[in-house]
Amino acid sequence: MADISNRGYVNTDVLVSTDWVAQHLNDPKIRIVESNEDPLLYPSGHIPGAVQVDWTTDLNDPLRRDYLDNDGFEKLASRIGITNDTTVVFYGDKNNWWATYAFWVFQLFGHNKAKIMDGGRLKWEKENRELTRDVTQYPATQYKAPERDDHKIRAFRDQVLKHIEARRPLVDVRSPDEYSGKKLHMEGYPQEGALRGGHIPGAKSVPWARAVNTEDGTFKPADELRAIYEGEKGLKPDDDVIAYCRIGERSSHTWFVLKYLLGYKQVRNYDGSWTEWGNSVGVPIEK
Amino acid sequence: MAQIPDKLTEIIDDFASITDRNERVEYLIEKADRFAEVKVPATLATRPYDERHRVPACESEAFVWTVEQPDHTLKYYFDVLNPQGLSAMAMSVILDETCSGQPLEQVAAVSTDIVLQIFGREISMGKGQGLMGIVSVVQHEAKKRLQRA
Repeated sequence: MADISNRGYVNTDVLVSTDWVAQHLNDPKIRIVESNEDPLLYPSGHIPGAVQVDWTTDLNDPLRRDYLDNDGFEKLASRIGITNDTTVVFYGDKNNWWATYAFWVFQLFGHNKAKIMDGGRLKWEKENRELTRDVTQYPATQYKAPERDDHKIRAFRDQVLKHIEARRPLVDVRSPDEYSGKKLHMEGYPQEGALRGGHIPGAKSVPWARAVNTEDGTFKPADELRAIYEGEKGLKPDDDVIAYCRIGERSSHTWFVLKYLLGYKQVRNYDGSWTEWGNSVGVPIEK
Repeated sequence: MAQIPDKLTEIIDDFASITDRNERVEYLIEKADRFAEVKVPATLATRPYDERHRVPACESEAFVWTVEQPDHTLKYYFDVLNPQGLSAMAMSVILDETCSGQPLEQVAAVSTDIVLQIFGREISMGKGQGLMGIVSVVQHEAKKRLQRA
């Protein structure tokens, strides 16, 4: 795979290589953060010095379906020992699916000194780099977080309804069987968290993992990404795009690709996603 | 309502007594470390596997097989294609330990709720559903055999 700088991305500074991370393990201005789908992975071994940010326990409001507020974010930042000036590098399992989700939540609080480690945990492991079970404790910090800004990169249900009426593009990043609604009817399949199957009318189906190389989890070069999103699906960099999945985690990966790697001007993640849309009364659904 | 296998009740009780999240995680990692013991043997299946054995909801790409025993109970075998799917591996080991060779009526009575009892209620929705998918397949196989009998 070509160096990140040679892949034609619009923004290259949001992506770092495993080599880069290995060279910055002891850099006090850098904090490595692991964020996984599988809760057993970090404690079974992680990059030396990395801290864990767990989506369920660290990023969500414990009561409402929402993300933590600025007070909660300040406490999280203090726990993992970062200041407003720390560069946070996220990585994780599943081709960085949850790492990009954590990255997205950090952007709701304007922490733009943030990067993703290309290839995530898979590439680090495949390169036989060091993993440790030692958990590093960092001194608590003072972090000043602004009010969470949901306006720029987050979409809500009513905004999605208006988006459909305006015939603006949506990207459904779930699997083809979720997109078609077939999965809800599979024998032996536990309920999917939605009463109805299908997709939001007009949404284009682009499963999120198409953006990565399966052998090492790295992002595909820009020309291949454009061939998928623009060549196949007709998106344009000036489009106002909303991505969604089931709860907004997979679509944060696509959000990252469109916003940063391809430089789209207006991309939002609809985190209510199918668990909200597929349960909502009266909203339109396509199969 | 039929009772679930005694071994499963014991392990659920074990997890219920764990109040420290780290301790729970360590226990589960120990289970996952023993995955080779329950992995499907090459004499039964080789890759690429028959898709009929795939657990439909599992993002870690789990597969389940059964072999009928002389006493008509089932021996369960598993594979998890994602090498980072530690939770799916741990779940597979627990299900083999507690459901293989147990009365089919009891295995058929196992609820997917055991995932939350074992992994804790803070598990993410997608991960929880994947693990419930493995439990569902194990339970479903027992039900199928009972219906045939």
